[in-house]
Amino acid sequence: MRYPLKFFIIFLLVLSLAGCGGLDKKELDTITVWHWMSDRDEAFQELAKRFENETHIQVKFELYAPSESYTQKIKAAAQTNTLPDIYGILGEKKDFASFIKSGYVADLSEDLNVTAEGGTWKNKFFEKALSVNEFLPDNEYAVKPGIYGVPLDVTAIKIVYNKKLYQKAGLDPNKPPVTWEEFLSHCKVLKENGIQRFVSGFGEIWMIDALASNYAMNLMGEERVFETYEGKVPYTDPDWVRVLSLFKEMADQQILVEGAVTMVNKTAEQTFANERAAFAFNGSWCVNVYKGMNPNLEYAAILPPRITSKHPMKVWGGAGGSFVVNNKSFRRGSAIQFLKWLTQEEQQAYFAGQTENLPANKKSVAQISPILSQFAADMDNTTHPNIYPVHEDHEVIEAFDKGIQSILIDEKTPEAVAAEVQKVKEKVLKRAHKP
Amino acid sequence: MNYHRIRNFVGNYVFILPAFLLFFTFSLYPFFKVFQLSVTNWDGISPSIAFVGLANFKDLLTENPTFWVSMKNAFYVTFLALTVQNFLALFLALLCDRDIKGGNVYRVIFYLPPVLSGIVVGLIWNWIYDGNYGLLNHFLAFIGLGDLSRAWLSDPKTALLAVSMIHMWRGFGWGFVILLAGLQSIPRELYEAARVDGANSWIVFKSITVPLMIPVFILVSILTILGTMQIFDIIIATTGGGPGYHTEVPITRIVATMIGSSQFGYACAMGVIFGLILLALSMVQIRVSKMMRQI
Repeated sequence: MRYPLKFFIIFLLVLSLAGCGGLDKKELDTITVWHWMSDRDEAFQELAKRFENETHIQVKFELYAPSESYTQKIKAAAQTNTLPDIYGILGEKKDFASFIKSGYVADLSEDLNVTAEGGTWKNKFFEKALSVNEFLPDNEYAVKPGIYGVPLDVTAIKIVYNKKLYQKAGLDPNKPPVTWEEFLSHCKVLKENGIQRFVSGFGEIWMIDALASNYAMNLMGEERVFETYEGKVPYTDPDWVRVLSLFKEMADQQILVEGAVTMVNKTAEQTFANERAAFAFNGSWCVNVYKGMNPNLEYAAILPPRITSKHPMKVWGGAGGSFVVNNKSFRRGSAIQFLKWLTQEEQQAYFAGQTENLPANKKSVAQISPILSQFAADMDNTTHPNIYPVHEDHEVIEAFDKGIQSILIDEKTPEAVAAEVQKVKEKVLKRAHKP
Repeated sequence: MNYHRIRNFVGNYVFILPAFLLFFTFSLYPFFKVFQLSVTNWDGISPSIAFVGLANFKDLLTENPTFWVSMKNAFYVTFLALTVQNFLALFLALLCDRDIKGGNVYRVIFYLPPVLSGIVVGLIWNWIYDGNYGLLNHFLAFIGLGDLSRAWLSDPKTALLAVSMIHMWRGFGWGFVILLAGLQSIPRELYEAARVDGANSWIVFKSITVPLMIPVFILVSILTILGTMQIFDIIIATTGGGPGYHTEVPITRIVATMIGSSQFGYACAMGVIFGLILLALSMVQIRVSKMMRQI
């Protein structure tokens, strides 16, 4: 009986070794990319095929959606050192910094600055799109200055309005509101004509944050907003209370579609696409979404109606999706080569055409649809928390956004919310100053 | 010990080794790891982890009212599930325990909601509760109660109750199946003897069904408490914890802390406290049930 047992063990060993040898060179050279962008997966697969035809390097795109699951996946992979060659980092800048400091992200600054045919790789991108992946000298996270990611597309979050509903209400579809007062008066006319006014996925609190910070920037200017984050200006400041009061006005005049406070953005998109609301607050990705839901939708994109002319109306925007290269990958070189190829004009034009997203490559913008051009028009006025020089604590942001939800359901006053947020801010500041 | 005895001894342990390894890897190790991480400030990414002592617990107990609001909300849903949901399950189980026509069809129908995914259930009820085009508002208008129409999930007065209703609708099937199995295990002779002695339906229920069903009630109650306190998927699919903090529950807070703000260590401390509360609740439940059995 001993010989059969020995034979069996040897057989198993041979089998397992044969298994190890099964990975051929092509598979070893395959670049793996993890992403969360389900609407862009088809285009990625096609581009991967094209890249393989040109270079004989295989690229495998793996989709993990929704974005919350994807975020968990990359964090788990970082803990077990099993991140792919290329991936995207979602979330706040501090998460991005943690990935970099843990050695999971390659510094692409050198590659981006190499001059090749038609200039440097860096110059091909919109500056704003690249800056979300950049860490400046003396940044608050103590990350080595550099650019650590490459944008694939750019976004801008604006207000969209339905031209047909405007006409139905007797309003001029080519004269959308420019000021907050005009917005309120247009809403009044729409209400009188039985048309629902405004919808957005305010159940996803980051959308509330985006709109509120647009108005904070408009009313107070960037400097004072940043001073608030630093703890120098309190949230009980009259300007912040005014920002919160805008939501109170929205609640009082029943501007928001009923249920929008807990609505996810997908439902809000359906509501706008089905012409059940005249306004929506949404990002440029909506062009593709609305096209799928209602190809005959007639709409235009505008900046949120300003409350003052003192400061410019800044909207959230910049890089939509970005990819980083795993610094620990032995395919690092070919991964960078692929990203360079992916962000060239031709590939970007194909990508934008297929997905109706704004390309990150400046030269490809010439080939986009008129509605996308409207989103691209104010790219200079875009900003994003990830490019702010200082960042607000997540706990404070949550208290602020949840507080706005409470104002919208007429549960709390702007003053009460401002006081609550300030209390949380003071707690966070106290914690930060502890040795 | 001779060679054969050692071989037998080792052999026995080798047989249970795979099961032990699985249990250790997927149950024991994560369980103790949560305790270990709860005293750190780990962000879930960095390889370096700093020890912070009991600071996370102190902050949770003294400076995090949101977590306790979420706990209160979970208790509210649990109370409704323990009472309304389980009484409904018992009532239906009692009906199906009789030899009624089409009993098996009812069993399948009542057991359908628990089989559905929480996300799917949430999406269906989102449509029912919708403030503009919802089925519930249409029905209320149809019966002349249109004044009661509202966005049920966005109104702070009704949001938690609306979510609780979804949870109970989805959950009563479990209780129904277990209670029905318990009812069917009671010997029929006991009922027949009681009837011969002249007992009416209420006396039979009070003196035979209830005492013999106590172990089943305990099981159903413990499962209801543990299942309801950990409610998550329905909340995510309907309100996301809003409006404000009106439908936040402990698991949504833990996930938001862990994934949203990358405070892995703090979220683990939340998990430890939440786990201890569930343990205490289960122990109280068992103790009360034992006392009831003695009565």
